[in-house]
Amino acid sequence: MNRVSEGADADASVPSRSDSHPDQLRPTQGQRPGRSRRAAYDLRQRRRSTLVAAVSTVLVVSAIAMIVPLTPGWDRVRASFFDWDTFVDSLPQLWDPFLLNLRIFAICAPCIIVVGMLVAVARNVRSPALFPLRLFATIYTDVVRGVPVILWILLIGFGVPGLFDERAWYTKSVVWGGFALVMCYSAYVAEVFRAGIEGIHESQRAASRSLGLSSSQTMRTVVLPQAVRRVVPPLMNDMVSLQKDVALVSVLGTVEALRRAQILVSQSFNFTPYVAAAVLFLCVSIPLTRLTDHLMARQRRRTSGTAVA
Amino acid sequence: MPVKLRVEHVRKSFGSKVVLDDVTLDVGAHQVVCLIGASGSGKSTLLRCINLLEPIDDGSIWLDGVDIAEPGHDADPVRRRVGMVFQSYNLFPHMSVLRNITLAPTKVLKRPTAEAERSAIELLERFGLDDKASAYPDQLSGGQQQRVAIVRALAMQPEIMLLDEVTAALDPVLVGEVLNVIRDMRKLGMTMVLATHEMGFAREIADRVCFLHQGRVVEQGVPEQMFSEPERPETRDFLARVIASGRL
Amino acid sequence: MTRVPTTRFVLAAVIAGTMVLAACGDDTEESTTEETEATEPAAETPADTTAAAAADPAACAAGNTITDGVLTVATGEPAFPPYVINDATPEDGQGLEAAVAMAVAKELGFEGAAVTWVRTPFETVIAPGPKDFDFNLQQYTITAERAEVVDFSDGYYSAAQAVFGLADSSAAAATSVSELKDLNIGVAAGTTSIAYVEDVIQPTNTVQVFNDNAAAKVALESNQIDAIVSDLPTALYVTAVEIEGTKVFGQIEGSGTDQFGLLLAKDSPLTECVNLALANLEASGELAGITTTWMSEYTEAPLISAS
Repeated sequence: MNRVSEGADADASVPSRSDSHPDQLRPTQGQRPGRSRRAAYDLRQRRRSTLVAAVSTVLVVSAIAMIVPLTPGWDRVRASFFDWDTFVDSLPQLWDPFLLNLRIFAICAPCIIVVGMLVAVARNVRSPALFPLRLFATIYTDVVRGVPVILWILLIGFGVPGLFDERAWYTKSVVWGGFALVMCYSAYVAEVFRAGIEGIHESQRAASRSLGLSSSQTMRTVVLPQAVRRVVPPLMNDMVSLQKDVALVSVLGTVEALRRAQILVSQSFNFTPYVAAAVLFLCVSIPLTRLTDHLMARQRRRTSGTAVA
Repeated sequence: MPVKLRVEHVRKSFGSKVVLDDVTLDVGAHQVVCLIGASGSGKSTLLRCINLLEPIDDGSIWLDGVDIAEPGHDADPVRRRVGMVFQSYNLFPHMSVLRNITLAPTKVLKRPTAEAERSAIELLERFGLDDKASAYPDQLSGGQQQRVAIVRALAMQPEIMLLDEVTAALDPVLVGEVLNVIRDMRKLGMTMVLATHEMGFAREIADRVCFLHQGRVVEQGVPEQMFSEPERPETRDFLARVIASGRL
Repeated sequence: MTRVPTTRFVLAAVIAGTMVLAACGDDTEESTTEETEATEPAAETPADTTAAAAADPAACAAGNTITDGVLTVATGEPAFPPYVINDATPEDGQGLEAAVAMAVAKELGFEGAAVTWVRTPFETVIAPGPKDFDFNLQQYTITAERAEVVDFSDGYYSAAQAVFGLADSSAAAATSVSELKDLNIGVAAGTTSIAYVEDVIQPTNTVQVFNDNAAAKVALESNQIDAIVSDLPTALYVTAVEIEGTKVFGQIEGSGTDQFGLLLAKDSPLTECVNLALANLEASGELAGITTTWMSEYTEAPLISAS
């Protein structure tokens, strides 16, 4: 068999999608050899903006540092919120309860993603026979998102264990608090997935079906993988939010970090344990948000090639 | 020559807009039929109806004597036998070229992966793309992507290929390589229905040319007759405009 | 061309900074950087008592309330019996704390409409800064740690810690804390009951801490917890009146030393006056009378040894 299109490979040099390099102009008279006019300009701009950023940061921070202590109540606020001894005392006591927060998060997060995806797919089924499924999924997301999370936690966390007479793992408040969290967040995450799924162009489905793939195969192998990749940033957002909302199960009696901080506060009549708890939460959420930003930037690079300044 | 595909009195509307208005045409085995006509004349819709991507409102579509457009007829087996290539390639961006090609054979035809990959690479070799097997679609040029799309459809060993203006999105330099692929498929005896704007190519490759105008097959015939001495005024009009724009 | 924005920005920052500085100005109202003496609720010496008896609480209090001519009393929301019988109208003096508050108010020269009640959540008393009340009472236990941050009056009542739960519980007849170890115990946040549970009872299951007693009661009713530890009067009231089928298992031995005190802002000028008032009430026997009236039903419970 003849090989096709031998002479027509004019497109052998594929346009690169990596970071754009400045156009290399031939150096004109007076230019520094080896660096283009563009690169030099970029360097000057970067230096200038770094200088501006540094100066303005120093100004703002020193303004705050000078002004706040001048307020009449600063000393007592500092003693009440930022007492070093109390801070050092509280941290070890908050550590174990905080691990409970993380454990609850580690269990709830994957459940939420799975349930959210299932609900999103259910909302997207097209065959008329499965209409009840679609309806149920719609009602679920509407109703669950219409009530504050803490209300669901109170209703489910106190209500469901009350149905049973015996005491077992399935009547523990932390279990039902976690269940309520999964139920609530799945509804929100389902909407995120749904947006991702509907954002996949119809032509992808057309191509897949034309090849003979069934509707569910299309969803599983073509649509969902693309949809999930797209919605990773908003999904991460929801995960960061969840990590803090885990503290809501404290209303059911579970002593996690927030509740333990509250106990310490009421014993010492000092608010510093709250600050210590906040620091612990930040230790987890800041890396998560940095990761989210990194993923968003990487996705932007992959899909759009060059960035318009 | 046995009739492979028969489209009979097909009607299709989108809401109140009638896109296909009583279309009838035959495609014999190993024949190449080219659909020509202005944008909006219904060429793409007709192809999508043949492939059952769109349900028709009225009429029948016979594939080897079986009415595949009958409501309730299972579409998936039909689509295994009918391959389709689109104007915008529609490769799966999250899969490599090789995976794009082997996805349907492994999942639908249930062929073992190793065998599917071997066949895929053979096909790629035939069309000069074997060095791109592990590349991703966004690393390929338009012409390469379209050729991969054709290979992807061929991997299912279809009995008929539907090509929907497959060169319309390519710049002129790249059009040639895709047309070469289609020429090769014709040499292999593939039954094809092409919707195309490339009049010169249609004249060269078609066994029959059908001119669609406002949802009807206004005229059809062999290329020599259609392009030199069209009978109907609508055909003459259309060809005159095509010639005036330098496309013929 | 690119220099102008930088200059403009720096200029704007300097102007803004100057304006803020000027606005803050000299607030020399109450300097809080003064050294404060540790205010422990010290026992009064005989000499002081004589002097105090001679001093007039009303004269002491006049002009020292946050609102002139009005005494602002605070308690929690909701307020529970037997400390406040009618949550909606604490000014009727029904209940231990309602009665004590109104009696102290009268000693301080405020009666009837001159006494306003406000409701505060637990943590507003901890927040630094001026308070919205003259004194606050909601079973605040006097501790040295807390006294560094707020002022306490002398104690007006002391209550033991008690354990209560379902009457058919296996621990209903417990005589020692070791029999309570396997229970799921709940407490209300902010109370000193937590310390008793964690330090004295040391249950095998982590104690569950609820927003308030109401939530703890719900948890008990829905079988989430086996028992609640709270102050004895609350325990007796809940088991007698509020939740059917519950009983007080007992009071923890040695826990009766905690005293409730009125809570005032740190270094409040009224602290002294309130102590004078309380001393008068005690001397005249009125305090004992109030206690008997409202609390006599809420003092009896079997002892649970703390070992």
